[in-house]
Amino acid sequence: MAKIDAEEMKPRSWLFRMWDSDVAYSFRTSPVALIAGLVSLIVVLAAVLAPWIAPYNPYDPSQLNLMDGFTPPMEPNAFTGNVFWLGTDNQGRDVFSTILYGARISLFVGVMAVLFAMVLGITLGLIAGWRGGWIDSLLMRIADVQLSFPSILIALLIFGVARGFIPPALRETMAIWVLIVAIGLSDWVQYARVVRGATMVEKSKEYVQAARVIGAHPFKILARHILPNVMGPVLVIATIGLALAIIAEATLSFLGVGVPPTQPSLGTLIRIGQQYLFSGEWWILLFPAVTLLALALSVNLLGDWLRDALNPRLR
Amino acid sequence: MLAFIIRRIVQSALVMLVVAAVSFSLFRFVGDPISSMVGQEATMADRAALREALGLNDPFLVQFARFIGNAVQGDFGISYRLQQPVMELILSRLPATLELALISGIIAFVLGVSLGVYTALNRRGWLSSGIMTVSLIGVSLPTFLIGVLLIWVFAVELQWLPSFGRGEVVWLGDWWRTGLLTESGRRSIILPAITLGLYQMTLIMRLVRAEMLEVLRTDYIKFARARGLSNRAVHFGHALKNTLVPVITITGLQLGSIIAFAIITETVFQWPGVGALFIRSVQFVDVPVMAAYLMLIALIFVIINLIVDLLYYVVDPRLRVDRANARH
Repeated sequence: MAKIDAEEMKPRSWLFRMWDSDVAYSFRTSPVALIAGLVSLIVVLAAVLAPWIAPYNPYDPSQLNLMDGFTPPMEPNAFTGNVFWLGTDNQGRDVFSTILYGARISLFVGVMAVLFAMVLGITLGLIAGWRGGWIDSLLMRIADVQLSFPSILIALLIFGVARGFIPPALRETMAIWVLIVAIGLSDWVQYARVVRGATMVEKSKEYVQAARVIGAHPFKILARHILPNVMGPVLVIATIGLALAIIAEATLSFLGVGVPPTQPSLGTLIRIGQQYLFSGEWWILLFPAVTLLALALSVNLLGDWLRDALNPRLR
Repeated sequence: MLAFIIRRIVQSALVMLVVAAVSFSLFRFVGDPISSMVGQEATMADRAALREALGLNDPFLVQFARFIGNAVQGDFGISYRLQQPVMELILSRLPATLELALISGIIAFVLGVSLGVYTALNRRGWLSSGIMTVSLIGVSLPTFLIGVLLIWVFAVELQWLPSFGRGEVVWLGDWWRTGLLTESGRRSIILPAITLGLYQMTLIMRLVRAEMLEVLRTDYIKFARARGLSNRAVHFGHALKNTLVPVITITGLQLGSIIAFAIITETVFQWPGVGALFIRSVQFVDVPVMAAYLMLIALIFVIINLIVDLLYYVVDPRLRVDRANARH
């Protein structure tokens, strides 16, 4: 008996503990989560590794041949005889490669916007929950007002206003960062509200009182004790927020007010594809649209799964 | 009650003031208006005189007050891009947006309520589960993609409906140009209205379905059945009637979103409305148009939210009690 006990008491590696956790079990047994995770992983990997995977570099003029333009998928081009998996666009760029590079930009903007919203929301939420008083009421007033507008409208308005403030010479180069800030600012409220609520609950608990009594700095208490306890819901919001941010970026780029034309994202590719719909070149539109949908939908489903998995009450 | 109304109105006024401040600061940060108004040969003295005449030397607050005074009278200056008074531009394009929003609101409400009732009454039918699945896809598809797909299917492949513009428009009164009275105008509005209304429709449908399922379980429905009333009377006279209050509130709140998403729909279908004007003005950094649109949208949202808040207060007596208790 003693031997078995010793076996069980032995500290396991973190990898095993991760595999053995509730969340991992729920992931392994949920077909939706597995498929969504696989699709997200494929798109993310393809986007990150785009320069190594893509058969062509679509933004290197030396590799482009205008004669290759409008090649249908899987068919040899009438002039050059080249075959492209997903066809080519008007300038002879390989659609598959443009999608990989486009997904890279879409994901970059989405992830950065979520990170920005998350850092801003968590910071403001912690301050509001910890300090209370007028800071709290001011921040929550702003949050209420912002929540009554659709976030895509907020992002669009912030983007427009910010463009007004930036000198014309810098507009092109800064567009992508302005876009990130605009989408981030349109989405911080969710994080701030959740973190504020949780902070207010946690701060009256005994372990926080104990930390205060031994003289820990409030910053340390917030970072070491309270933050880890609010990360669960924040992760859920961030996952669903990533899907929303990707769609917001695609929408703005589609409207022609997002990323500059020199760095086309999936939304820009769909915008280009729409122009050639009437002349029958459907592949320029369809493949970027399917990629965008697959990415947004799978991330969204992952977020839904994570919410259920982290909430013991739903089980 | 009065205190609540006053507080809400003060809050709304504050929001408008903040939006006005943002719009106003746009003017101040984007270049020097004097240099875009005078020629190269103007002397420093001329410039200073013009600056004084336009009141640009006044303190910030005085200028801000003047900006608000003009804005209240609908004067936002002249568009940089189109060289026309901004208010004229917006007013000439507002009917297109309002017609689109109205038609898509009606589509969303009528279809949403009927599909919601149908799926609630036939919970296990294959058609209901089909509708629910499709609605899930409808929620996750971005608006612009729905528009593009509709154009592809109905305008390019089937060639049933036009893919852009408003069709033929006729004057209705002095400044309202309507497309609803002509054949081509009515055909043109179908695709954009569906695109714009689809998300709202799925929202209303799910809400009606959930509320109906809730209500159908209650005792008074069982009692109505026990009295031998027909299915029709029970479902529509008793059940649906009691689900409509929250549905109408949500629909009212969604009006603002419809106007916001009109920006996207108008761009996809090249619909000559206010949203398309705004997108153009963002691309060209046309500050007066941006400022005016910013304030117009904020005003619409503030008014809608104010009305909905007041309606809640009127409709739901519990809110009044809660507030009275909270103050003690």
